[in-house]
Amino acid sequence: MRFGVETVAVGIGAFLALLGAAFARDSQFEAHMWVLFFVLLVSVVVMLRTATFKTAGTKQADTSGYFDEVVKYGAVATMFWGIVGFLVGVVVAAQLAFPDLNIEPWFNFGRMRPLHTSAVIFAFGGNALLATSFYVVQRTTRARLWGGNAAWFVFWGYQLFIVMAATGYLLGITQSREYAEPEWYVDLWLTVVWVVYLLVFLATLIKRKEPHIYVANWFYLAFIVTIAMLHVVNNLAVPVTFLGAKSYSAFAGVQDALTQWWYGHNAVGFFLTAGFLGMMYYFIPKQVGRPVYSYRLSIIHFWSLIFLYIWAGPHHLHYTALPDWAQTLGMVFSIMLWMPSWGGMINGLMTLSGAWDKIRTDPIVRMMVISVAFYGMSTFEGPVMSIKAVNSLSHYTDWTIGHVHSGALGWVGMISFGAIYYLVPKLWHRRRLYSLRLINWHFWLATLGIVVYAAVMWVAGIQQGLMWREYDTQGFLVFSFAESSAAMKPYYILRLVGGFMYLAGGLVMGFNIVMTILGREREEAPIPGSQPVTQPAE
Amino acid sequence: MSDKEIDEISGTETTGHEWDGIKELNTPMPRWWVITFYITIIWAVGYMIAYPAIPWVNSATKGFLGYSSRADVATEMAAAEAVQSQYVDRIATMPVEEISSHPDLLQFAVAGGSAAYKVNCVQCHGSGAQGAPGYPNLNDDSWLWGGDINAIYQTIAHGVRFDGDDDTRYSEMPAFNDILEPEEIRQVAAYVVSLTGEPSDPSLVEPGSVIYAENCADCHGDDGKGDIELGAPNLADAIWFYGDDENQIATQIANPQHGVMPAWAERLGDTVIKQLAVFVHSLGGGQ
Repeated sequence: MRFGVETVAVGIGAFLALLGAAFARDSQFEAHMWVLFFVLLVSVVVMLRTATFKTAGTKQADTSGYFDEVVKYGAVATMFWGIVGFLVGVVVAAQLAFPDLNIEPWFNFGRMRPLHTSAVIFAFGGNALLATSFYVVQRTTRARLWGGNAAWFVFWGYQLFIVMAATGYLLGITQSREYAEPEWYVDLWLTVVWVVYLLVFLATLIKRKEPHIYVANWFYLAFIVTIAMLHVVNNLAVPVTFLGAKSYSAFAGVQDALTQWWYGHNAVGFFLTAGFLGMMYYFIPKQVGRPVYSYRLSIIHFWSLIFLYIWAGPHHLHYTALPDWAQTLGMVFSIMLWMPSWGGMINGLMTLSGAWDKIRTDPIVRMMVISVAFYGMSTFEGPVMSIKAVNSLSHYTDWTIGHVHSGALGWVGMISFGAIYYLVPKLWHRRRLYSLRLINWHFWLATLGIVVYAAVMWVAGIQQGLMWREYDTQGFLVFSFAESSAAMKPYYILRLVGGFMYLAGGLVMGFNIVMTILGREREEAPIPGSQPVTQPAE
Repeated sequence: MSDKEIDEISGTETTGHEWDGIKELNTPMPRWWVITFYITIIWAVGYMIAYPAIPWVNSATKGFLGYSSRADVATEMAAAEAVQSQYVDRIATMPVEEISSHPDLLQFAVAGGSAAYKVNCVQCHGSGAQGAPGYPNLNDDSWLWGGDINAIYQTIAHGVRFDGDDDTRYSEMPAFNDILEPEEIRQVAAYVVSLTGEPSDPSLVEPGSVIYAENCADCHGDDGKGDIELGAPNLADAIWFYGDDENQIATQIANPQHGVMPAWAERLGDTVIKQLAVFVHSLGGGQ
């Protein structure tokens, strides 16, 4: 029987969840354990139904080539969670513009917002990183993934983490730490999954058949190691009871605030920057067919990025109880981070030298290039916003939201889309994608959506900041907070439009990917210029 | 490495490494990139010398500019207070009803009261002071505890039904479901509606008027106009606190809700309370 031990283990897990529900000390934990029980129960049923019950040895699994089955699942999961995350994003944007859409208690903004952030960062982004890192590390080491079915454990364990995190938010279970809302038991589970991920990746690197380690793998490894450290330290907490949802952080006061932003900022730095730079360093040279622009630049910008990023978190706490010296360090490290960040942009863009025409002829390359362009913009905007004088205007406003989304939708989203478009035909052995013209549609919907979103949030944020600091001639505040909120309505509606365009692009991509997996090919005229023009003989 | 080669398109040498068909050019780092990086580092070092930056065990370097964000705030606050002191000092020593006879003080107090209102009062009374169910409208002529400047000042300073302030406004209407039959409550509700001139079922109004006279008139008055001294609302002005529907009125008679307003004197200080009183009085409903 295939996966016999695993099936039994999941069954035991389901039984433990049932016990957890039976002996729960609070109703939230009880509800969450019921969710876990049903998820694991369905998993057991699915695993039993796919079991063959043949004696071992009749069919040897293919261990010669690469382990790509898990990458296929990862690509599909990326697409699925991406669309879910964008959809929830559109919903929360609508809730901000039209507060009546807050449906108590499960679907109010307070519970939906972490659902959105976790869905796009960890479910969409995380699956994209899992899938591409497993694909890239095998190709660039010429070695099969280490650990046999460990990669399956990482994939399914991570999906379980996502489901537990998401259902927990809707049930109202949160430890109120930004981008780290899941409670202690979900955190412990993620730690186990993440350590196995690290082992698989590291052991594959160790058994490589190439003499050197490719730059993409440096970035992937930095991402995996640092996220492990950030996750463990930020989530240090004492549960009230081992049969309850609530825990208390090991930190308090300004130390807690700094720990949270050390984590929060480096989640951006190592999850959303370093990880996706790893993606960029493989998929751009492959899609463009040109060598990486500068090996030396990649070394210097890698080490300077890794060293500097980890210190920049305090810039999220300017003008707070955080001591001045820590604010100073947060700011100067952010400024020094500008060029190391741009090193990645230069290497990404200049890899196109000699093949610039592909921006015109290859929509996947176009997607990757706009992604790197947004990366460059937001890694310039970030240091600017970390300057205290700028921050005193921008902090707590929607400018920050605009900044995050130009990075997340522009850089993280677009490079992931490019990678998935590259991967799917290769993984499913298709001659080509279903449609290149649909990629073009996706490209324009997403790009215009981001431009609308970011531009609107800049204006909204600056207006908010100016309203909050507006004093009259006698030194009294001019606007109440409610007045500044009311002034945001048109911007919030426009933001909803931008987000909806981005979601529409994601749906176009989902359709294109599904059709490609099904083996269809759309009959369409080629992209202008993508094929040599045949001149009639004179 | 032995397999270094010259890339034909760029004319640059590769490093000789190759992974899955990906090669690397050995292009030097762009000079502008290196120089800008150095400049940011030099700037960072300079900034760290100028400003507080390096932590020691119990304190941190102060920086030669002597900057401190707390000292900065203190300076700005002191400057703002100095500008306002010519008004604030006079308001502090003046009875609240006298402020309006000095045009410059009146203007200052309305502006200051409006600013304090936006921070402390909008949550319940609304950004236009229009109120909400359970929270009085401050623009109309109906005053539960009096609308002259001294009464408003007293209400803001000590609150309504606020535990911990001995001078707080206090009134409590009994729950009449312990005293009257449900049918009688419906009758008296119908009578109360008829006081405002709204149409109501005469077969209920008539017995209702008798019940009203026996149970309600002591506080709300024979004509239903209420009594500010007792904190008994006017029932005849068609301004309703917990709903204007006959059923809602019956509910309020059977089991009354009582609102609470905090006492602000300790939190905001006397001069801000005076400014708030002047501002609320200026809204148009003041007596």
